[in-house]
Amino acid sequence: MVASRSGARTKPLSVKPLRASQPVGGVLATLGFERAMPLLHGSQGCTAFGKVYFVRHFNEPIPLQTTAVDRTAAIMGADDNLTEALRTLCSKSAPSLITVITTGLTEAAGTDIERLVRTFRRDHPELAAATTIVPVAAPEFNGSLESGYAATLRAILDVVLPAPAFARTRPGRAPRRVNLLLSSALAPGDVEALCELVEAFGLEPVAIPDLGASLDGHLDDTRFSPLSIAGTRLEALDECGDAAATIVVGASLFASADLLAERTGVPDFRFTHLMGLAESDRLVMALRELSGRAVPRRVQRQRRQLQDALLDTHLTLGMRRLAIAAEADLLAGVAALGEGIGMEVVAAVAPDERAAGLAHLADSLPLQIGDLQDLERQAEAGGAELLIGSGHAVASAETLGIPIIQRGYPIWERFGLHTRSWIGYRGSRDALYDWANALAAEHEQHGGLAPYRSIFKIERSPDAGGAHRCGKSYSTPRQPA
Amino acid sequence: MTASTRETESAAAAPAAAPATAAATATTPAAAALTPPVPGCSKGSCPRPQPGATAGGCAFDGAQIALLPIADAAHIVHGPIACAGSSWDNRGTRSTGPTLWRVGMTTALNEQDVILGRGDPILHEAIGQAVRDYAPAAVFVYNTCVPALTGNDFERVCSEAAAAFEIPVVPVDCAGFYGGKNYGNRIAGAALLKHVIGTREPDPVPQQAQRPGVQVHDIGMIGEFNIAGELWHVTPLFDELGLRLLGNISGDARYHEIQSLHRAEANMVVCSKALMNVAESLEQRYGTPYFEGSFYGVADTSAALHDFARLLDDPALTARTEALIAREEAQVAAALAPFRERLEGKRVLLYTGGVKSWSIVSALHDLGMEVVATSTRKSTEGDKERIRRLMGEQMRTLDSGGPQALIDTVEAEQVDVLIAGGRNMYTALKARIPFLDINQERPHAYAGYAGMVELARQLCLTIESPIWPQVRQPAPWEL
Repeated sequence: MVASRSGARTKPLSVKPLRASQPVGGVLATLGFERAMPLLHGSQGCTAFGKVYFVRHFNEPIPLQTTAVDRTAAIMGADDNLTEALRTLCSKSAPSLITVITTGLTEAAGTDIERLVRTFRRDHPELAAATTIVPVAAPEFNGSLESGYAATLRAILDVVLPAPAFARTRPGRAPRRVNLLLSSALAPGDVEALCELVEAFGLEPVAIPDLGASLDGHLDDTRFSPLSIAGTRLEALDECGDAAATIVVGASLFASADLLAERTGVPDFRFTHLMGLAESDRLVMALRELSGRAVPRRVQRQRRQLQDALLDTHLTLGMRRLAIAAEADLLAGVAALGEGIGMEVVAAVAPDERAAGLAHLADSLPLQIGDLQDLERQAEAGGAELLIGSGHAVASAETLGIPIIQRGYPIWERFGLHTRSWIGYRGSRDALYDWANALAAEHEQHGGLAPYRSIFKIERSPDAGGAHRCGKSYSTPRQPA
Repeated sequence: MTASTRETESAAAAPAAAPATAAATATTPAAAALTPPVPGCSKGSCPRPQPGATAGGCAFDGAQIALLPIADAAHIVHGPIACAGSSWDNRGTRSTGPTLWRVGMTTALNEQDVILGRGDPILHEAIGQAVRDYAPAAVFVYNTCVPALTGNDFERVCSEAAAAFEIPVVPVDCAGFYGGKNYGNRIAGAALLKHVIGTREPDPVPQQAQRPGVQVHDIGMIGEFNIAGELWHVTPLFDELGLRLLGNISGDARYHEIQSLHRAEANMVVCSKALMNVAESLEQRYGTPYFEGSFYGVADTSAALHDFARLLDDPALTARTEALIAREEAQVAAALAPFRERLEGKRVLLYTGGVKSWSIVSALHDLGMEVVATSTRKSTEGDKERIRRLMGEQMRTLDSGGPQALIDTVEAEQVDVLIAGGRNMYTALKARIPFLDINQERPHAYAGYAGMVELARQLCLTIESPIWPQVRQPAPWEL
């Protein structure tokens, strides 16, 4: 919608939007909790679109409900719709968690979501006992997927964590426990990889939320579940104040981290991202300190593997011009990995001018707040050679005539990309190889010096190789008479 | 012009133009039973490989590398699978048109074939299959160790197949045990001289390529392999000057072009001692003068264009050449200025074979870089002489010792970048040394004025890469 670093609106029309809505981000955060149900308070279309968005991204059934505000409710008040929706959901499937996420419609109508949820709890104590209901203000006229996700996570923590005076937890009582507060920039594969790394130090990770458990794409014994089948258990949240530390990944969650620290007193380690050698080193040093253990041999090996990948790919990736279209947290990591291998970021577009991560980005980054049209223009002007962005950016890559690596939300036409990890030593290595392969494949197809045909050159024979690529069938027996 | 008058002319011309290195063609007595097909390994130019301490390819490798870029021919490797299996579609070189050269073909002889002596009939059938399936302009057949050792009469098979399938079939007798890669190059050159060059007259210059006031001259090149398409940095200059590249051995070549190479008015031997026999023979047989040159570096590129103009002796061409050189040098100087600033004084170690040990030096000097050592493992006496001329007697040379000596020298000489073939690439990288690939497999085109800018860019890329502190510093828990 806008195209400048400050976020001031510079054009009336948003073309090929990069922004996804806050409610969609709220849904994603909710799906990282066990037996959870996101409920969008709005017209049914918000939910239908959001559901398709994630079903196609994850190739999974996605639990998501709506308060189905119709024309009468829109005018006369939709509070009853919400109450009815909560009653139906609680009595039908007794979720552990329902997030009630507002949308533009109900926010604009002036819905007091806090009061409505409070009233519901008071009026239906039997239902409210089994289900934690969290009101979230995440209208789509602000922010984007990343901030909606962050707002929802903060709201969940706010409801679940008691004030310090009432906390029955004590930091370090569970000395091996580590909370992981993870932003939407981390795909399920990243969450899984991070948990494994923490476990390698003999620590017990609790991912909040745990998309690695719920949306990693696994075949569950449950044939049908109206709710999320796995994820962070709410009981684990109750105990997160006993943890030795919290590891926070993504600047969008720093506000949630402040709340968690304030309520529990658990110290935290904060990372804007975990891509590349430097941040991976910092993470491993934190885990070493927390566990009091030597860095496991396997992890040491992975560090050396990443170093080797840096060496092997630097000739292919070095000095290549990179374009990134992503939310701020993902953009921070991709830019850092790219610059670490010697790539030049010539285009960097993020959708949300208020993203917390923007403040942490290097000033040298040519950051724009805008859409994919802005990205295309910036990438073309900068001569970009590789694009990293969501499935929406595939068409931009085609327009630009450059290869794309798909990352972020949504991705529809590729399988399992959300199970890949780009974080830590191993994930950074794999990302570098993927990027280098994309450029190598491009080189094979169109790359290198353009052939120059001399004005004197004469072709006499047909293009034998081209015309008969596979040759004719030939079945004469091998053994001559 | 008849054959006899040509001989007379060339006999007169040969002594005058014979290069100082002509001694390299002196003959060595060959082993009695397994006579290598081409004489010409003088002492020093083809040193005997040392068992247990040898790197580098065999005669087959050298012959195939020299001929494979002939893009519209079928290339059949006659022997068990190892020779073709390990080398086909090694795609350093490029073509503007046909892609047949990239189709791997081999008789893949098996144990029964060898025991029962079926090599000859299988080769005959194989040639037939290639001709039927791919309609090549010609077929090159590379004889390898096993059929050579078991006494297949592959030359007879080739000539019978040529008659049977009505297509040129060129036997290239290049068994690996005959010698090293340089010797294989020489075999390839000899095969072209014996079977291909002079078998066809050139086409007339296309009408649309004629320009008023520009007399088109036919030139030849020997030893230019269009690695990564780098010939295309040079051919636009030739076109502009009115030089028709009649034939090139063998980058982006067509069979018919090489057939008519004998009509070139001047030849350039590009960075290749091993194919010198071709240039010498063409001078002796057809009186074609030649010069040795290189397209690496601004100075050498300009010198090569000058040399063509000098040998062709056409005042208009000379004037065009001078103007083109002035223009191109000014352009490239401007393009190189920012790179030269970054590369000035950087220390280079050259670790590569033969001619590349000197041909690239001029380019590096153009960039203000300092070459602190070079390897002379595969260099001939002529190469070494040239190195001495370019870099002085104090030049540190690496003759042996392998990767460890290489790394030791890098450390002792505080080398900023290592330039070597792809085989050594990972040795360098494992030692955390910036590296530039200069071998056949390299992905970038460094020839000519434009290639020089690419070379500078690639040098900056690796030297200035931010990865070096990342891979050199120990893990933080080891501090």
